[in-house]
Amino acid sequence: MMAATNLLDKLWDIHEIHRRQDGASLLWVDRHLVHEGSHHAFAKLADKGLVVAEPNLTFGVADHYAPTRGTPQSPAIARMIRTLEENTSKHGIECFGLDDPRQGIVHVIGPEQGLTLPGLLINCGDSHTSTHGAFGALAFGIGATEVAHVLSTQTIWQRKPKAMRLSVTGKFGLGVGAKDLALHWISKLGADGARGHAIEYVGEAVRALSMEGRMTLCNLSIEGGARFGLIAPDNKTFEYLKGRTYAPTDSHWEQALEYWATLSTDPDAQFEREVAIDASDVTPIVTWGTSPDEALPVSGRVPDPDELGAYESKGLQATLDYMGLTPGRPLDQIEVDQVFIGSCTNARIEDLREAAAVLSGRKARVPGMVAPGSMMIKAQAEAEGLDRVFIEAGLDWVNAGCSMCVAMNGDMVAPGKRCASTTNRNFQGRQGPGARTHLMSPAMVAAAAVTGRLTDVRPLLMGRNAA
Amino acid sequence: MIGWSNHTGKAVAFDRENVDTDQLIPARFMSTPRADGYGKFLLHDVRFDSDGSPYGDIALNNHLDASILVSGKNFGSGSSREAAVYALIDFGIRVVVAPSFGDIFASNAVNNSLLPARVSATDAAFLLSVSSDGAEGISVDLDHMTISTKDRVMNFDLDPVWRKKLLNGWDDIDLTLNHQDEVAAYREQLLDNQKWRFPVATG
Ligand code: SF4
Repeated sequence: MMAATNLLDKLWDIHEIHRRQDGASLLWVDRHLVHEGSHHAFAKLADKGLVVAEPNLTFGVADHYAPTRGTPQSPAIARMIRTLEENTSKHGIECFGLDDPRQGIVHVIGPEQGLTLPGLLINCGDSHTSTHGAFGALAFGIGATEVAHVLSTQTIWQRKPKAMRLSVTGKFGLGVGAKDLALHWISKLGADGARGHAIEYVGEAVRALSMEGRMTLCNLSIEGGARFGLIAPDNKTFEYLKGRTYAPTDSHWEQALEYWATLSTDPDAQFEREVAIDASDVTPIVTWGTSPDEALPVSGRVPDPDELGAYESKGLQATLDYMGLTPGRPLDQIEVDQVFIGSCTNARIEDLREAAAVLSGRKARVPGMVAPGSMMIKAQAEAEGLDRVFIEAGLDWVNAGCSMCVAMNGDMVAPGKRCASTTNRNFQGRQGPGARTHLMSPAMVAAAAVTGRLTDVRPLLMGRNAA
Repeated sequence: MIGWSNHTGKAVAFDRENVDTDQLIPARFMSTPRADGYGKFLLHDVRFDSDGSPYGDIALNNHLDASILVSGKNFGSGSSREAAVYALIDFGIRVVVAPSFGDIFASNAVNNSLLPARVSATDAAFLLSVSSDGAEGISVDLDHMTISTKDRVMNFDLDPVWRKKLLNGWDDIDLTLNHQDEVAAYREQLLDNQKWRFPVATG
């Protein structure tokens, strides 16, 4: 009898071309996604006089520096986008540039175009490549040297990570979802809690998530230290993909479906680590600090350095100083200066619907920006009238891109300003030098917009059809 | 890449946890060509005030000749930006010592000959305290996996694959070219059996 294997084992085995004695595996890469930040890798290629091995398996997109309004905000930004377009065209790589209706954030458009499929190995020079694991793909972020390696060989050397299973039983309450779950487990395990592991998310509550929710969950794996997040594909996955531009068709679709049905963990398979969470314990959550694990239910209070040991209290005090917070303050009394809805974590159509469900017929007390994850999502949201909801609430409705998630395109939170944000990193300076970021779900950001402070969204959903 | 097995230099502490890659190099500097040098961007917003004057209480600013950086757990967490490693290298750092590292950062480091040396929390605390205002003569030995100060020798941890890469100065692309035939055979087999893996646009 064959030994029971988990999903990670299955995906690893099928991609392994060679395993060295020291344990490093040479893996085949099915899809390689590049963006403006890949310029270092293309420069390495040029240095070594190498060509791109598989241009047809490589796709480019302008997102990190993409202007959300009109034209690039500086010559240096324009140059980054132009360099991507030149590099991809020189190497015969299809690129979704600024004028392409398929343009958007790399981890949003991969699935949207059907480039992301179960059973593939997907690499991108971006740590949130873990997002694509929501489809049962082996997807992980790589650095520039590795990008150059994938470009020139279509393979990657990698040590197999340890397998961790995160089981989420039970059901989420109203107004609680994937983002809350992710921040919840990261706050329990720590920002390096899953380091060295690939996390397979299982259980009733994970199954109940839409593909959008699953992507949010896998996206945030890296914030808990895991380079890989995985969810076994099911009918929801297949329905999402059927008919997408690059998804297989006809006999290839049938062949793929047959294989995809095998992509799950065997009942007796082992994991190096098991973590269990009850979905009913998860409540709306916000970050208060400068690391994603510094998160608490919005009903909580800012932690107090006096209650910690000397070493931790020193770090905590520095964090509170940066964030401009005083110990013991109720989180839902923290006033915000602005809001941002966007990023590869939470700018898909479902995220926009959730935010609109809260904002509909209400006014935002603070300014803010809504940047859809792709131009296709933008068009869909407009067809559904969501843009009207945001605009009538007083928020800016802009073009697709990473925007204020990383502040590379010039969209920034000013020094000392406080932003309620659907993004993935509350690091110091992430949204601009001196910016203060609080991470939360799209519904929670919408609630913060309505009240002007961090707010439990649930009362605002009463009597409404929440998405 | 050039292999190395021993390094002796000045260590300096940056006593914080979760030093993420956005701190190591803020995003706004990343459109700069590498040839311009990334050392001046290292920990920029932590080292300099908004007018660009260095903070005196950041030890790194007073030890620009340091080659070993000692820090807290989860060093290099966050993004995959290899520019974080370039900033360290261009500053002159050869070794970072911490109780744990972000996975992608550590792998990027090794690809640039920078050693991410993992030590126990106790040894990290010791090294942080001795190097709080710079410490000369700290030796790192990749053969024996040790870090030595004048009165203490400590072990560090490193993935054996990475150790070999650092020692030999291996470039992965060259290594992979040795497996060209296997890669070609793998590709053929995919085309025969799993054609659906190759994308074709429809509609
Ligand atoms: S939206 Fe943010 S996290 Fe996602 S790819 Fe862009 S910069 Fe990275």
